[in-house]
Amino acid sequence: MLQNILFFVFAILAVAGAVMVISFRNPVYCALSLVLTLFSLAGEYVLLLAHFIAIVHIAVYAGAIVVLFLFVIMLLNIRREERAPGSIKYMVYLGVPLGLVLLYELVSIGFREFTDVYVKATDIGTVEKIGQALFSKYVLPFEITSILLLVAMLGAIYLSKQKLEIVSK
Amino acid sequence: MDAQWINLIITVVKIVVVVFIFMLPLVMLMTLMERRISAFLQDRLGPNRVGPMGILQPIADGLKAFFKEDIFPVNVDRFLYLMAPAIILFPALITVAIVPFGDQMSTYIGGHLVNLRFQIADLNIGILYFVSFASLGVYGLVVGGYASNNKYSMLGGLRSSAQMISYEIPMGLAIVAVVMRAQSLSLNDIVLSQATTWNFLYEPIGFIIFVVASFAETNRLPFDLPEAEQELVGGYHTEYSSMKFSAFFIAEYSNMIVSSMLITTLFLGGWQVPFGIMEALNLPVIWEQLIQILAFLIKTGIFLFIYLWVRWTLPRFRYDQLMNLGWKSMLPLGLFNILLVAVQMKF
Repeated sequence: MLQNILFFVFAILAVAGAVMVISFRNPVYCALSLVLTLFSLAGEYVLLLAHFIAIVHIAVYAGAIVVLFLFVIMLLNIRREERAPGSIKYMVYLGVPLGLVLLYELVSIGFREFTDVYVKATDIGTVEKIGQALFSKYVLPFEITSILLLVAMLGAIYLSKQKLEIVSK
Repeated sequence: MDAQWINLIITVVKIVVVVFIFMLPLVMLMTLMERRISAFLQDRLGPNRVGPMGILQPIADGLKAFFKEDIFPVNVDRFLYLMAPAIILFPALITVAIVPFGDQMSTYIGGHLVNLRFQIADLNIGILYFVSFASLGVYGLVVGGYASNNKYSMLGGLRSSAQMISYEIPMGLAIVAVVMRAQSLSLNDIVLSQATTWNFLYEPIGFIIFVVASFAETNRLPFDLPEAEQELVGGYHTEYSSMKFSAFFIAEYSNMIVSSMLITTLFLGGWQVPFGIMEALNLPVIWEQLIQILAFLIKTGIFLFIYLWVRWTLPRFRYDQLMNLGWKSMLPLGLFNILLVAVQMKF
């Protein structure tokens, strides 16, 4: 019962946040609404007992990516979105059919799968289960991803060190 | 009453005790200690007139903040201006939930065997909870800086966003090394894994990285670039007055307290009492628990003192120095630390 109430609270907050992201004119408000959506989605993940994905969701998206969005918005000092009347016209013709397709997908597949997922999601989301899956079944993709990230990190460090030498010349 | 209700009531009692009876009075005490210790370090007396040894000074300060006029500057973004102190308080107070103050004990309450933990929530995701909620602390600063509509505040918010992201990464890498040793994310298991030797002896580099990063995350000197008084006139909270201004300080001190607790938990053995004193004394369980909580609080207190000591000793970094330290020194060191710990565990 409590879970159902929480589900609808988070769902309404997530949808409301998503609508606010695209309807606010002020980009800072848009970014903060995105945080609300991400937070509510993390709440839904917790209800599905997927604790790990919920907390990583908050750490990565809300904690880092949206902060970077805000950094850029404030660095460029974008006060208000400029109105672009030309592009809006075509967006309506394109957006409504695409939206209907998405709605059809949601209704036909999403609701059918919902009960199924709800029953299955007992303990697959805990840290132990995800760790076991990552290091047994998906060990090769996991290692490739980690090497990719390590190379990217080393590249970033190398580039930042090199730039200093050019400046000092 | 069934066991579920008893557990729920125990959790609520724990939240009330930790947040309202422990955290907030400790924050008040810290504001006093900050002023007293800064005074001692500068060869002054500090506030010593309100109550014995100035102990009631925080209450006088609080009353003053309450009775000050609550000013809305003319061109602020009213909604976000009001939200910023709330946004900054939320992550500061919620992260204390996972801190283990002591071991667990079993007692009978209302005819049920209840496992009483001295921790609000022993989460499966443990330390990751702290990482993610601590990273939300930056929103209060950024939103406060933006909403104030003041270029100094704006610069403060801007600086904080880049600084927080930069120092989260070395902090995360230091935590990875700790988790590798403990083989678990749960803070209770991390404490239990340090029963014989504390983590800071195994991984001194990780310890130093974590301490430095937590100074940066809490915006304390030498990393208080977002509020640098001399250049930014107070930064993100320049335009705030009365209790809203105090909210920023409550958040800063609660962040400091939680950081000190986590340094203790991750690297100084949490509630473990050193040198086998516990075994030698051989006390009843309840006394053992209390001594362990006391040990935890003493270790936390030492780090809180170091926070103040560093603040009144070291000068502030320049912004480029801060970025260089974060990305060029601490990030490679953090990776090296992980390698060292991995080799150590293998052999």
